[in-house]
Amino acid sequence: MEHVVIIGNGISGVTVARHIRKNSDKKITIVSAETDYFFSRTALMYIYMGHMKFEHTQPYENSFWKKNRIELKKGFVETIETTSKTLHFTGGDILEYDKLVIATGSKPNKFGWPGQDLEGAQGLYSKQDLDSIERNAPDNKTCKRAVIVGGGLIGIELAEMLNSRSIPVTFLVREDSFWNGVLPKGESAMINRHIKNHHIDLRLSTNLQEIKSDENGRVKSIVITETGEEIECNVVGLTAGVAPNIDFLKTSNIETNRGVLVNRQLETNIPDVYAIGDCAEQRDGGIGQRRTIEAVWYTGRMMGEVLAQTICGNPLEYKPGHWFNSAKFLDLEYQTYGWVFADRGRPEYEEHFHWIHEDDTKCITVAYHKDTKAFLGINTFGIRMRHETFDRWLTEKRDVDYVIKNLPEANFDPEFYKHFEKDILATYNNRLQTV
Amino acid sequence: MSNKIDHSMSLASPDALNITTKQKIALAFGLVGLFILVLALFNVDFPNRAVFLTLSLGLVIGGTIVYSREAYLTKLEGIKNDGVWFKSLTSRGVLGWALGIVLTVFYIVLYFFPALLGLGTNGEANTGLVALFDPLSNLLSGNNASQWFVYGTLYTVAILAFGYKFMLKYRHNRYQQLRTGSVMFFQTAFAFVIPELMARLNSDDFSLPYNDLKNMWPLNYYAFDQWRVDQFINAQTVGLFFLILGVVMVFVISPYLTYKYGKRWYCSWVCGCGGLAETAGDSFRQLSNKGVKAWKFERWMINSVLVFSIVTTVAVISTFLGYDSEKYWFTKGVFLISIGVFLTLLLAGILYYKRKELNKSAFRGAIGYYILTIAFLVFYSFFDLSQIKINASYFSFGLNQNTYNFDSALRSFYGFGIGSIFSGVIGTGFYPILGNRAWCRMGCPMATIMGIQQRLFSKFRITTNGGQCISCGNCSNSCEMGIDVRAYAQKGENIVRSSCVGCGVCSAVCPRGVLKLENDSMDGRINPTEVLLGNDVDLMDFVNKN
Ligand SMILES: Cc1cc2nc3c(=O)[nH]c(=O)nc-3n(C[C@H](O)[C@H](O)[C@H](O)COP(=O)(O)OP(=O)(O)OC[C@H]3O[C@@H](n4cnc5c(N)ncnc54)[C@H](O)[C@@H]3O)c2cc1C
Ligand code: SF4
Ligand code: SF4
Repeated sequence: MEHVVIIGNGISGVTVARHIRKNSDKKITIVSAETDYFFSRTALMYIYMGHMKFEHTQPYENSFWKKNRIELKKGFVETIETTSKTLHFTGGDILEYDKLVIATGSKPNKFGWPGQDLEGAQGLYSKQDLDSIERNAPDNKTCKRAVIVGGGLIGIELAEMLNSRSIPVTFLVREDSFWNGVLPKGESAMINRHIKNHHIDLRLSTNLQEIKSDENGRVKSIVITETGEEIECNVVGLTAGVAPNIDFLKTSNIETNRGVLVNRQLETNIPDVYAIGDCAEQRDGGIGQRRTIEAVWYTGRMMGEVLAQTICGNPLEYKPGHWFNSAKFLDLEYQTYGWVFADRGRPEYEEHFHWIHEDDTKCITVAYHKDTKAFLGINTFGIRMRHETFDRWLTEKRDVDYVIKNLPEANFDPEFYKHFEKDILATYNNRLQTV
Repeated sequence: MSNKIDHSMSLASPDALNITTKQKIALAFGLVGLFILVLALFNVDFPNRAVFLTLSLGLVIGGTIVYSREAYLTKLEGIKNDGVWFKSLTSRGVLGWALGIVLTVFYIVLYFFPALLGLGTNGEANTGLVALFDPLSNLLSGNNASQWFVYGTLYTVAILAFGYKFMLKYRHNRYQQLRTGSVMFFQTAFAFVIPELMARLNSDDFSLPYNDLKNMWPLNYYAFDQWRVDQFINAQTVGLFFLILGVVMVFVISPYLTYKYGKRWYCSWVCGCGGLAETAGDSFRQLSNKGVKAWKFERWMINSVLVFSIVTTVAVISTFLGYDSEKYWFTKGVFLISIGVFLTLLLAGILYYKRKELNKSAFRGAIGYYILTIAFLVFYSFFDLSQIKINASYFSFGLNQNTYNFDSALRSFYGFGIGSIFSGVIGTGFYPILGNRAWCRMGCPMATIMGIQQRLFSKFRITTNGGQCISCGNCSNSCEMGIDVRAYAQKGENIVRSSCVGCGVCSAVCPRGVLKLENDSMDGRINPTEVLLGNDVDLMDFVNKN
């Protein structure tokens, strides 16, 4: 029986395993160094905040794996020998494979800041990171202040976490407005205000110069590049993005760049070796307007769904549909469908319609083609919208007028919520008159 | 395992005490209010009961209001679940167990030893706690209080005070606010004030049974007991109206509303048990067990209770129809046959029209329970139940030495086992251990009936938003009915489950806006998928077809 070995028990590794099992009888082994069972990385914050316990973040009961004949092996793969098709583990274990899937995810970026490896300085990615933040910041007596470096999705989650335990947070963001490499101005500005409303000390256009140590090798303070100001703190969260977690592949024959290089079929340069999820990098450029590395939950899952078909003898290309994503900034829910670009990197044909509610917790941005008026995408904050509807409208290539007029159809807010579509439409019509 | 777990077993957990000074004062006021009740319980005779009762209830309500305002209004609107798994009270820590024990003892005393609460027996005046409530009872119904009046008042106070708290907690969510307003209204008006006022109408030649209009059979298992039916019939037009309304509710109104809106119209908007669970019990919703084993147990348990309640009610009715046949429109035979025919047609219809939606175990279960029920009906038709004597001491550890007729034995056993122990002692007393809807999930026969209908004939479902789920688990964690919502959401599948009471909290707490409670057409309501929206269209077609 063919043995499929998957390194990584995250969403991509687990999805490919589940779908291979559905379609075949192959022997499947999932390897991970992190935890015994698959858990949802996206829920790490809720454990620290006390909404859930760790076991609640495990999407499948522990008996699921045995029932589905998916073997789990805990251990860290140090090297891969592709000629003999063997994995070598720390501690000397060896595992042979017929087909190998690399789904090793990401690791937090560290940009060589002085002091970045001190006790108390850490990223937020793994279960181990969660354990260490629990150790270093259990309450606001042990951790009198925390500094977060890097204004992205993980940074804001870390801020929310610390806030839930009343630990004062200083948030250093390199950009002059929060996440404005991805979000248009109006939205980014709304989030700036929302962060400050939560009494988080947001410092825009601010960089970390160094992290200072106390006599025990623990974080004592940080220094800001621009002003030289020193801020005392007990924890430094390093959340300036993530990079593929592939250092252990450097000695193998598998070709890598920033990530493991794969073609559209998710194959590496070595036969029978594939890569999916955060660690995979498309070698022929991003698909459509996508990036070559897509470090999000849904894409990892989709790659897993596709690769399972290939491995089970139905070779398929990874051809994701319309882009979508979602996140939450403290109390602001965010969803996006299609493409809405920030000021930086926006195609010259892309124009925006922006609506913001006076209570400053809801806004939308609709992107459209300035000549054809074709609808390109939407960002929505504080109003839930229906994935299926936008996916259909994008496929049907609707124009922006149609989308704005039919917005009620896409509404996904709970029943009895106030609706804003009329207001949005009025603003939209108004704008066309004044322009 | 979370490293925080041990903290919850410790009373000294810093998280549990992480409340402001204002909250501590509010808590103190509330406790003083409760303390007055405790003093009354121990027979401290208050000089002016009306004043002390008002003071006591006022302090409890006021304390809760101030506490909640401080907890929620000082923060921005949003999900407020910080620390629920750290706090001793809400994570089965010492405080949780302590509260569970206190509540359980209270229920046992209430049901079985009301004299301990000060209920006057044999015409004696009330003393203690019950006496403290006399002034309020006199104000409403003109009679002195009973232990049930005390309980009803405290119950209503709890729903009102904690309902207010819940509304603040979800002040960004109008669905949550409206349905909470609704249960607060139904509890206060229908379960509490109106029946008490109606008692004023009673005189020597006119009397209506205590009637909470919204409390339907089979939740209200004594709805068709002989004394009630007789009282209704004797109360002429008004009584007949209520009796017929009771039947129409069960067979017409409830099925119609459940078809249109799902069982939530009752469980989360009207019901008193649900009302208490959603307000006072809200802090314990995460404690329900989400495991597959619990689900299996639930299905077995809840259907058995339904069968038990049906055979009991039929036994009771057929017996009094049997020996008192001139008094009623039905005879025993007609009654039993019509029940049998009704159940047979119902089952045949379901098996035929819904055969595709029933899996093997559901199919077998339905047949099994049907045969059991019919066997009872046949048995009733051949025997005069009032002639079969049963000595209760065999079934009550000798506590009860009486001998009962078969029908009253069933009826007493149901009242004791299901009505008192299950719905009261376990259902509410165990909130801090089993979660706030253990009764609704495992025991309520009314929920079973509406649940079967919700699963098979209802427009209600929880829609999953395409591929947006990140499997975080907040929804499952918050589901008081123990539904593993995430298991559906992460497959892009709608949630159509008989046990869902439509509380909407899963949708409220989802950080990605994945879930929406909806009433829509029946087609495509159940949509199993393998590959989620967002992937290649061809792949989705290819895999989801198979
Ligand atoms: C805090 C946080 C919040 C997030 N929130 C969102 C969100 O809301 N939405 C979203 O779309 N995305 C989110 N993401 C990103 C998302 O979690 C990732 O894109 C996704 O988990 C990647 O899945 P994966 O299967 O590719 O890898 P991973 O989940 O990283 O799994 C890889 C596994 O492989 C193991 N491994 C690596 N190397 C080895 C080795 N040599 N030997 C053995 N085992 C090894 C790792 O220990 C790890 O367990 C979030 C990420 C974080 C950290
Ligand atoms: S599934 Fe959602 S709406 Fe239904 S009972 Fe559970 S939490 Fe409430
Ligand atoms: S439906 Fe929402 S709450 Fe539930 S697991 Fe998915 S993202 Fe989390």
